[in-house]
Amino acid sequence: MLAEIARGLWLTLKHSWRSRVTVQYPDEREEMPKGYRGLHKLLRWEDGLERCVGCKLCSAACPVDCIFVESAENDPARPTSKGERYASVYEINELRCIFCGYCEEACPVGAIVLGNEYEFCQDHRDKFLYAKRDLLVRRTEDYPELKARYDEKRLLTYV
Amino acid sequence: MVQEAQKSPLDSDLLGPIRTESLTLNMGPQHPSTHGVLRLVLEMEGENVTSCKPVIGYLHTGIEKNMEVKTYNKALTMTDRMDYLAPMSNNLGYVLAVERLLGLEIPRRCRWLRVLLAELTRIQSHLVWLGTHGLDLGAMTVFLYCFREREVILKIFEKVAGVRMMTSYFRVGGVARTPYPEFFDDCRRFLSDFPERVDEYEELLTDNPIYRRRTEGVCVFPAERALAWGVTGPSLRASGVDYDIRKKEPYTGYEEFQFEVPLGRNGDVLDRYLVRIAEMRQSHRICMQALEGMPEGPLMAADPKVVPPPKEQLAHDMEALIHHFKIFTEGYHVPAGEVYQAIESPRGELGYYVISDGSPKPYKVKVRAPSFANLFALPEFTRGALVGDMVAAIGSIDIVLGEIDR
Ligand code: SF4
Ligand code: SF4
Repeated sequence: MLAEIARGLWLTLKHSWRSRVTVQYPDEREEMPKGYRGLHKLLRWEDGLERCVGCKLCSAACPVDCIFVESAENDPARPTSKGERYASVYEINELRCIFCGYCEEACPVGAIVLGNEYEFCQDHRDKFLYAKRDLLVRRTEDYPELKARYDEKRLLTYV
Repeated sequence: MVQEAQKSPLDSDLLGPIRTESLTLNMGPQHPSTHGVLRLVLEMEGENVTSCKPVIGYLHTGIEKNMEVKTYNKALTMTDRMDYLAPMSNNLGYVLAVERLLGLEIPRRCRWLRVLLAELTRIQSHLVWLGTHGLDLGAMTVFLYCFREREVILKIFEKVAGVRMMTSYFRVGGVARTPYPEFFDDCRRFLSDFPERVDEYEELLTDNPIYRRRTEGVCVFPAERALAWGVTGPSLRASGVDYDIRKKEPYTGYEEFQFEVPLGRNGDVLDRYLVRIAEMRQSHRICMQALEGMPEGPLMAADPKVVPPPKEQLAHDMEALIHHFKIFTEGYHVPAGEVYQAIESPRGELGYYVISDGSPKPYKVKVRAPSFANLFALPEFTRGALVGDMVAAIGSIDIVLGEIDR
């Protein structure tokens, strides 16, 4: 009887010489993989125009109805996006969102993508209602991981 | 007479026969060994359990009803959330049921990929089971080792589907995205030393006298009674009943794989443990076959009405754009009819009964959850058991409360 227990203990002892697998989380962080489904981002084209054309396809595809889009006509002199219309209101309720990625799959221009961010705690429920100014990136180039994701999925490009 | 006169009333109270009462004990809903929010009302005579009544519903979320108001694609996201330890199996059952209603032909490469991922899911689900079951019985080290290996599988899932647990990866007509380039290498690397890892778990538990004492002959499921209660999966096979849906009614290409169905003899906790350990080895075997013989070819079914077109087509192909909009707004119409599709989930027979009325939303989805049937067989088989053995018994049937309550 003791022999079996000793064998188990020997195994545990052997493991203490192996390399560690634990990541000391707040100090060390793991790189999120390329296709990770985290906090949303709204992307722009290289010239700074918004990708989103306000087609509301993302909001139709969302299983939990947590996206609200309102679209408006572009001003031809100072367009916001490359299409005829743009999203004047774009809101996502991140508390309701289940991070399924359906919005990203539905978006025909690759405007909404799920980013790598997974730490977005807030101290109030209302703060989880992300408006367009929270989601829209200033320059897509600042997010190389999202850029790669965009190329990988070969999204529709407007000429 | 003389003796009786000498006895004071106090004596007779203290020294008379000990009166015992049966005791009602609430185990759960926050008991660490009930694996979720399950409450068991135990009637006890001393240390022995005379009756056990499972009280469920703490995790009820109305998933089945909710699926009726969502299109077929959207309803898929709900299936992950039932059995959160085996998301891919849940996706698979639902997807196969809808595909049968649609009469979709799935390419061989996709079927093999599904088998590979479903078996990885089985391994990781069994690893969670083994770890927590060991922990229940005081074997902490096994828990740590099991979760270390499970982490590797979850990392693969994260890379292939985007998240660790709520994968929603299998879709009607195929999979959500093509696997990332190093996917097969990652799987191979994990699987190459996995059998040795299983040997390690066995070394810690199988011959351990303490573990054996706590499991041998505990909570025996006699084969006929287990069948009568509708027990399925490893819990049934531990009683020696050869019933595995992968063999009996092969789905998604399991008929092309060579594997054995491990059976137990006594149907006690130990046998259920041994069967699951052997199943992990068989799953490893299936995965290796899938990796070696992974066929080339398309991954998605060729039905533009169901499968969204590749995004690069949207720019120049008007028809593709129309299909894309239709799929994501209205969904696709599924021919009226009804279908029952069962698969072998890590816990047993997971069945989806889907009724369609021809609209883009399911008329009714009924889920046959294996944990539900397995749990309600427990009261009969634990009658008379010691209260300490209840922990081993609950752990050994491997229930997931999300699936029971839905
Ligand atoms: S990730 Fe899913 S739930 Fe979240 S906003 Fe996109 S579609 Fe909706
Ligand atoms: S994010 Fe994409 S899908 Fe959503 S409204 Fe904008 S362009 Fe349309």
